[in-house]
Amino acid sequence: MGRANSRFGPVMTARLADWADWQIGPIDTMRNLSQASRPMAPQTASQTYPLPASLPLDSGEALDGVTIAYETYGELAADRSNAILVCHALTGDQYLASPHPMTGKPGWWERMVGPGKPIDTDRFHVICANVLGSCMGSTGPASLAADGKPYAMRFPVITIRDMVRGLVALLDGLEIRQLHAVVGGSMGGMQALSMAANFPTRAARVLAIATTARHSAQNIAFHEVGRQAIMADPAWHGGDYYAQETRPVAGLSVARMAAHITYLSESGLTEKFGRRLQDRPDGTAGAKSFGFDADFQVESYLRYQGSGFTRRFDANSYLYITRAMDYFDLAEEHGGKLGNAFAGSPARFCLVSFDSDWLYPTAESRHVVHALNASGAPVSFVELSAPFGHDSFLLDVPALDRVVKGFLE
Amino acid sequence: MSRDAASSLRPDLAVIARHIEPATRVLDIGCGDGALMAALRDEKRVDARGLEIDPAQVEQCVARGLSVVQGDADRDLADYPDGAFDYAILSQTLQTAERPDLMLDQLLRVGRQAFVSFPNFAHWRMRRALLLHGRMPVTRHLPVSWYETQNIHHVTVTDFRELLFEKGVTADQSWFFAGGHEISPSGANWRAEYAVFQLSR
Repeated sequence: MGRANSRFGPVMTARLADWADWQIGPIDTMRNLSQASRPMAPQTASQTYPLPASLPLDSGEALDGVTIAYETYGELAADRSNAILVCHALTGDQYLASPHPMTGKPGWWERMVGPGKPIDTDRFHVICANVLGSCMGSTGPASLAADGKPYAMRFPVITIRDMVRGLVALLDGLEIRQLHAVVGGSMGGMQALSMAANFPTRAARVLAIATTARHSAQNIAFHEVGRQAIMADPAWHGGDYYAQETRPVAGLSVARMAAHITYLSESGLTEKFGRRLQDRPDGTAGAKSFGFDADFQVESYLRYQGSGFTRRFDANSYLYITRAMDYFDLAEEHGGKLGNAFAGSPARFCLVSFDSDWLYPTAESRHVVHALNASGAPVSFVELSAPFGHDSFLLDVPALDRVVKGFLE
Repeated sequence: MSRDAASSLRPDLAVIARHIEPATRVLDIGCGDGALMAALRDEKRVDARGLEIDPAQVEQCVARGLSVVQGDADRDLADYPDGAFDYAILSQTLQTAERPDLMLDQLLRVGRQAFVSFPNFAHWRMRRALLLHGRMPVTRHLPVSWYETQNIHHVTVTDFRELLFEKGVTADQSWFFAGGHEISPSGANWRAEYAVFQLSR
């Protein structure tokens, strides 16, 4: 790890607990992290569903022995009509409204999902499954292949539609023929749109938040930076690091840092950090070190985000899932015309964008809305004002709560 | 249309609601809080869609289970396919359009028929305010001062009829209102505070 990490120096303790809902705790140095790192076994208390048949993939391959790990909240009605599937984002997982088993943090959408909340578990049976290719119990590159060794880069390249095939197989297993709604933000929204296009009868309502029907050149470019950071880390070992002493935490951390910037807004960063300097560990006021310590609070914050991420996420999963997102182009799948993707869809749609989201800006949602209008599908759309950038869908935006609650009624 | 639903609507919207055939497809442009759409859906099984610029109003519509897209009619109507709707409705919005004449074209492109309602700038109170005081009128139906009003294209009943003639648009029916009640069409350009037209090509 040596050289790349030594340039970072120790990461200062951030005092940023007021930064929206992000929970900031003590910060490990990256060096400590790499020393402490172990091959990560999927640790999950979730229910798991082994698919009864092999899963056909867009690549032409098929994947045998796929397992989908999932969590559920709320009771399923006797007629099985009250199920809502929530699809998670790139680095999300099935711990939607219950504590994460590795970090102990609350579920990633607890503000939205629970008794009496906009996605009301007193009324709905809410399902959230770890996507294919991820690392929290569902089959991914860290899972064991037939030869008893982790797939690593032998795992087939998957697509958003492949993830949705896995989710639909889970719904089949749960004997849920039609969802009350499929809901997702960011990559979760891509899955929701893909389900509507490819399995049009499986969801009566489709709620896609802060998302897009295709990855733009800029989206792909940022992901490529992340992938190259991982693959440039000597500890990546061509993806075959599971039996090694260390994991590519430096590369994965840099990937997360770069991506994290795209989830925020410039005004949000300026407001929270500006050019403020980070206090030193001995309590003295921050000053420029004339070195490469985390002098600025924003540096310390990003390093914290990067290092925290490596404790719960597999680097190869990051490669595979970002690839799936980059390949996503719903129009391309349907003869080049997005309207075709939704032709004859019986579902009601709702799209929501945020004015400060520059990762999947409002124009991308409007693009989907125009296609839905052209195909005659009932669609609602609103651009909400929120200061948090792309991450607004996870944070305190009361107008989003009202739209979600209203649409699911 | 039941008496209850109709009576809770603004008089121009109630007239529009009464004259829309059941089980049709309707686009309500500038649908506000969705009152007309909800009445049409609930009372006439109409498949109603809305376009509204104000996100807070869109939010209310979504909460009522209505399908409403946030957008700017001046720009976004162009994205709807030809003949997608039986009716396009533009209530009290024509005078805020960048180009009301082009908006009218769009209405009759996306809808087979259109309902348009607008405040009549030739109402006698307006004329009096200008004639006696030399001031831009501020009235019950046009309550905002000249410098902050969204009504950038004031129009009279006669102006509107002239525009229809120039465009070859047929006024199938028209209704006129003053003091919150329907009035007879005679002398409407003097007497009407606002007007509703049902149009087709």
